[in-house]
Amino acid sequence: MLVLLKSSLMIAVVAALLAVPFVPHLIYPVFVMKVMCFALFACAYNLLLGHTGIVSFGHAAFFGTAAYVTGYAMRDLGLPPEIGIAAGIICSAALGAAIGTLAIRRQGIYLAMITLALAQLVYFVFLQAEFTGAEDGMQEIPRGVLFGLINLRSDINLFYVVMAFIGAGLWLVYRIVNSPFGEVLRAIREHEPRARSLGYAIEKYKILAFALSAGLSGLAGSLKCIVFQLAALTDVHWHMSGEVILMTLLGGMSTVFGPAIGAILVSALHHYFDALGAWVTIVIGLIFILCVLVFRRGVVGQLHHMLQEQRPTALHAGRLDLKEGQHAQV
Amino acid sequence: MEIFGVPLQAFLGQIILGLVNGAFYAVLSLGLAIIFGLLRIVNFAHGAFFMTGAFVAFILGRHLNLGYWSSLLAVPVVVGLFGVLFERLFLRRIYGLDPIYGLLLTFGLVLVIEGGFRVAFGSSGHPFPTPPELRGVWDLGFMILPVYRAFVIGVAVVVCLATWFIIEKTRVGAYLRAATERPDLTRAFGINVPLLLTLTYGSGVGLAAFAGVLAAPIQHVYPSMGSDLVIIVFAIVVIGGLGSIMGSAVTGLGLGVIEGLTKVYYSQASATVVFLVMALVLLLRPAGLFGREET
Repeated sequence: MLVLLKSSLMIAVVAALLAVPFVPHLIYPVFVMKVMCFALFACAYNLLLGHTGIVSFGHAAFFGTAAYVTGYAMRDLGLPPEIGIAAGIICSAALGAAIGTLAIRRQGIYLAMITLALAQLVYFVFLQAEFTGAEDGMQEIPRGVLFGLINLRSDINLFYVVMAFIGAGLWLVYRIVNSPFGEVLRAIREHEPRARSLGYAIEKYKILAFALSAGLSGLAGSLKCIVFQLAALTDVHWHMSGEVILMTLLGGMSTVFGPAIGAILVSALHHYFDALGAWVTIVIGLIFILCVLVFRRGVVGQLHHMLQEQRPTALHAGRLDLKEGQHAQV
Repeated sequence: MEIFGVPLQAFLGQIILGLVNGAFYAVLSLGLAIIFGLLRIVNFAHGAFFMTGAFVAFILGRHLNLGYWSSLLAVPVVVGLFGVLFERLFLRRIYGLDPIYGLLLTFGLVLVIEGGFRVAFGSSGHPFPTPPELRGVWDLGFMILPVYRAFVIGVAVVVCLATWFIIEKTRVGAYLRAATERPDLTRAFGINVPLLLTLTYGSGVGLAAFAGVLAAPIQHVYPSMGSDLVIIVFAIVVIGGLGSIMGSAVTGLGLGVIEGLTKVYYSQASATVVFLVMALVLLLRPAGLFGREET
């Protein structure tokens, strides 16, 4: 029943997305592309937060680095988009491995502070580096021709290409979560000493999780850079790191695709209330506070919880309680 | 006279600037350490309260004509009371949870406070006059020392010593230390620990606001002045470890000086040197300079 619901929902979403470029008067395709990028960013982030129990407060560094690297490769070196995106992903993943290696030397709250500080370091590097254009950002990045075949200057082509890349990224997130590797990550989240005692090299798994999460965040950043033809300091600013946490928390960090829902909600808030200026920041702050205080399961997590609760079997209810209890530790 | 090719005057000037910055780092990381010790909450909003302190002094000065000295006393109380309110209404609800929720909750508060001041005052800086008694400079012969900067460094040292004294040598401090080590047992002895938590948060926040008033005449007053600072303070806290009060104060001052020296010799790195030091400390001594291995 639940599986049927999920697959029909998935088909509906894909069908709706396929239709978007043909109804620009209903919904702005560029906005949808932006939302897709953030959906992947949030789901990639949740590989660490929800599935490994690591709170990174510096994911903007990965998102922004990929955007800058892709922009540099495509505008200043004149490389095609596929190389630009690949370079962005590789740099982000490498940066993720480096930051991860440093950060996992401490745990919990310290780890969050370390990632925040290292991301700020990355921010200053981009602020001072010559090719980034500092406060102006990197502008007029060409969209190029993908694989020498698909001209991305056409908005319709770009939309489907972005959709395909995001789809692949989300599929990869799903595969990682549901792989033996994902199981190990959850074991680390639930009980690190026990996972260690079972012989898993915890540090390697954590660093790999960091690199994967950063690389996928990088894919999102590279695509965002191509869509907007812009890489800017807002992409590496700590506000962005906070925002991706909010998306994840709001969507539900116990789920795989919940963060995507969070990304839709937060992006919509920015998009439709942009005229209110700093009020949006206040509202986002309030949502943050509310989520932490009373809505820690998030939208999808809550829905999931309610659907599962309706099932009568005691066995399931028991298992769920266990999950909930464990989850409160994250 | 020159030191490694830099005129002594410029060299000492940067050291003093570094000490001034370090003074703010010290007072802020002190407050963070006290709050974390007792409440197990990393107060992301510490920088926002610092900024609020500067803004409240600015508003009081402009609309009520309140002088600098009265502000220095009144503002920490006002902002501290706000902190008390926040603790009672919000923080209290998440004590049982993972400390990370405390970081996220106070991060939300940062967005609300910063957004609020941005709506009311815009993003740009507002000048704040130096009090007349502290204007001017002292000519020490080998260098020119602005009086206000010397005042800030002196006050910060006094504040750090006073905090250390209160925590280590007074009865209230003993309660505080007891509640940090064994909250349940301390409660069993009839000490009102929840009240202690509230007061601690309030004083920590008040301390941040106090630093904000001190900083107002040096920097302009603007909404993001606190959050830029708090990230550096986080790095300092990672370097020093949250375990020791004097440790965080010394680390703060020391890193201020290192930052000043970097400005002299390789100014491009002055914004990042604290983070680089943090990375180095993590590689060599993961628990931090004064830290105990955390659980």
